[in-house]
Amino acid sequence: MSDRVAIVGVAQTRFSPKRADANVAELAYEVIEKVLNDTGLSIEKDIDNTISCSHDIWDGQTISNIGITDVAGGHLRTEEKMAMDGSTAAYYGAVGILSGEYECTLLLAHTKMSQTNRHIVNNDAFEPIYSRQLGLDFTSAGALQARRFMHAHGLSREDFARVVMKNLGNAMANPLACRFGYYGLDDVLSAPMEADPLTAMDAAPDVDGAVAMIVASESKAKKITDTPVWIQGLGSCYDDYFLGDRDLAECMALEKAAAQAYKMAGISNPVKDLDLIELSDEFSYQELLWLEGLGVCKPGEGARLTESGFTSREGELPVNPSGGVLSGVPANVMGLNRVAEAALQLMGKAGERQVKDAKRAVAQGHTGFCGQHQCVIVLGNQ
Amino acid sequence: MENKFVQAPFEVDQHITAHSNYFAGKMGSKFYVALRDSKEILGVRCKTCSKVLWPPRETCGRCFSLLTEDDLVKIGPGGSVVSFTRVHYSEPIHPDVDAPLVYAVIQLDGADSGMTHLIGGVDPEQIEIGMRVTPVFIENRNGNILDIVYFKPE
Ligand SMILES: [Zn+2]
Repeated sequence: MSDRVAIVGVAQTRFSPKRADANVAELAYEVIEKVLNDTGLSIEKDIDNTISCSHDIWDGQTISNIGITDVAGGHLRTEEKMAMDGSTAAYYGAVGILSGEYECTLLLAHTKMSQTNRHIVNNDAFEPIYSRQLGLDFTSAGALQARRFMHAHGLSREDFARVVMKNLGNAMANPLACRFGYYGLDDVLSAPMEADPLTAMDAAPDVDGAVAMIVASESKAKKITDTPVWIQGLGSCYDDYFLGDRDLAECMALEKAAAQAYKMAGISNPVKDLDLIELSDEFSYQELLWLEGLGVCKPGEGARLTESGFTSREGELPVNPSGGVLSGVPANVMGLNRVAEAALQLMGKAGERQVKDAKRAVAQGHTGFCGQHQCVIVLGNQ
Repeated sequence: MENKFVQAPFEVDQHITAHSNYFAGKMGSKFYVALRDSKEILGVRCKTCSKVLWPPRETCGRCFSLLTEDDLVKIGPGGSVVSFTRVHYSEPIHPDVDAPLVYAVIQLDGADSGMTHLIGGVDPEQIEIGMRVTPVFIENRNGNILDIVYFKPE
């Protein structure tokens, strides 16, 4: 049994609106080849397990990982797929190594959102008996959560817009980002309204891309790299499925997932103990809500932290120094991209977006509409 | 002989369609028959949690109690808006109603969980949280969630 698990390598594509030149397997191969080259590992000799994350409808076939088996080292070996968010691939990859069953696991997440219509795909996440016929999708459901969250704490569209401004500004330093720039409040507020209170700028854009990562047992990791990033805490939790079953202004599932991960990592005060956070801001309001769930602030206080610069890249606790999901990361890939960005920071390899002296970080991913499933991973370089 | 040319990326055009008949479950069947035949809305009471849930289900997710048809109760038809949004894009998945499409979570009277549905029959700019609404039923009901056309102000 391995005592510790480390991330030993990360590779990511640039995220762009349409990668017409690569199909999903070719996109996956790009990042797998790169992470193997970077770590000097062989897929035949070193990788003993592969966990991928993709989406059946976006890829166009059920058990969508069958489409990437060959490039992911799954041929005549073990390979499993996680549905919907790449952070859970990291979760189960780490669990597999902690169990002693595996020593070195390849993680992969890939999606070409350009291949089909996001709202129609996400409408299929709504069960067919009571919800799907209404035509709901993740944006309209997210807007219901955003309005309830505003109502609970007297928040405004400006509070959400400041998250967009911060993250797209951060994305200026991220060469992989698709959407970036220094925007003013009016730019965000006057963007085309999608489902109020959310404009097109409050929602992550459709992009294509892939992320690969290798995790290894402690003894193996130390042979591979001088900059291992240790997975120190893991947490995962589901909330109620039906929107009307939960208080949309709260995120109990994230609180529980964070509590598990923090306990495992020995974190008692996240603001003091963490140096940065990468969270899945699929919509602007989510950054403020997830900050509460991660124990960074009291309910309703995330807006103030954003406005004061507390969560800026130079602030006391940088949140999404990469630009986050709002800068353009595909569905399914966004959680693994969060883990990858946090790991790059702790390796000191985040380039222009590097946070100084980062030693400990948390990555958060979620699945389903309004963040029904939550996954929290604590990482450290000590 | 060299004959180099660049092949433009080729995309295969597809359309996935499947006509489906999904079993609504024992509780769902009761719900839809009551909706279709009597314009009644049913929820289910979990005695252990003292909560009335919509949609009616056979297991309480909180306490894992088995719920039965004896636990079905009439809820609504009136209720109040918990949250809402006006949707400004249109997709083929949307019901055939005038834009903007307005979704809401509605807490029906006598229920402890909300129903997600549409709001209509009102200037979309006048909708607010806490507003009282009541369902408008379609004339020829065939047992689906759109037997309620939308909820309108009381
Ligand atoms: Zn119960």
